[in-house]
Amino acid sequence: MLVSALFVILLATGISLYRAVMGPTAHDRVLAINVVNTKTVVIIVLIGFINRRPEVFMDIAIIYAVINFVSTLAFLRYLESRRVD
Amino acid sequence: MTLTELLAGALIFLGSFVFVGFPDFYSRVHPAGNGDTLGLPLVLLGLAIYEGFTHTSLKIVLVLIFLLLTGPVASHALARSAFLTRQQEEESNVD
Repeated sequence: MLVSALFVILLATGISLYRAVMGPTAHDRVLAINVVNTKTVVIIVLIGFINRRPEVFMDIAIIYAVINFVSTLAFLRYLESRRVD
Repeated sequence: MTLTELLAGALIFLGSFVFVGFPDFYSRVHPAGNGDTLGLPLVLLGLAIYEGFTHTSLKIVLVLIFLLLTGPVASHALARSAFLTRQQEEESNVD
């Protein structure tokens, strides 16, 4: 059951990556990368449950979720002003 | 757990198909936000029920709340940034 859920999310991630590669604008690519990263958080949790030690993978998932949010906002700041500050 | 995983799998799968298929950027923001805000937390909810009352399920609920908070905020920031950038380009074209 866990493995089938993992495969469904992996397939959806592959479909979403098409938009990240072929996106017409930069905002399309940022949106697709945000979607893929959010799915990756759940994939990390599912891999932890499949390996029967989820307590190790949960911390990685929390850190990955925070980095995903901050990096999306940083990319958007850069796209608005074309500056990094 | 099985029911939530099935529902979440259908939501995520349909959401990603619709996400790739829609023609416009603003219409693509909508299914992306939906799949992230309902489908993936349903998977986490099923895993929290599967685990029981432990520290791990507490952390799963923390990740769930964080995804529920940040997913709509990120979608809104994306749409706003796209709108502002397009407005700037149009103004520079006029000048």
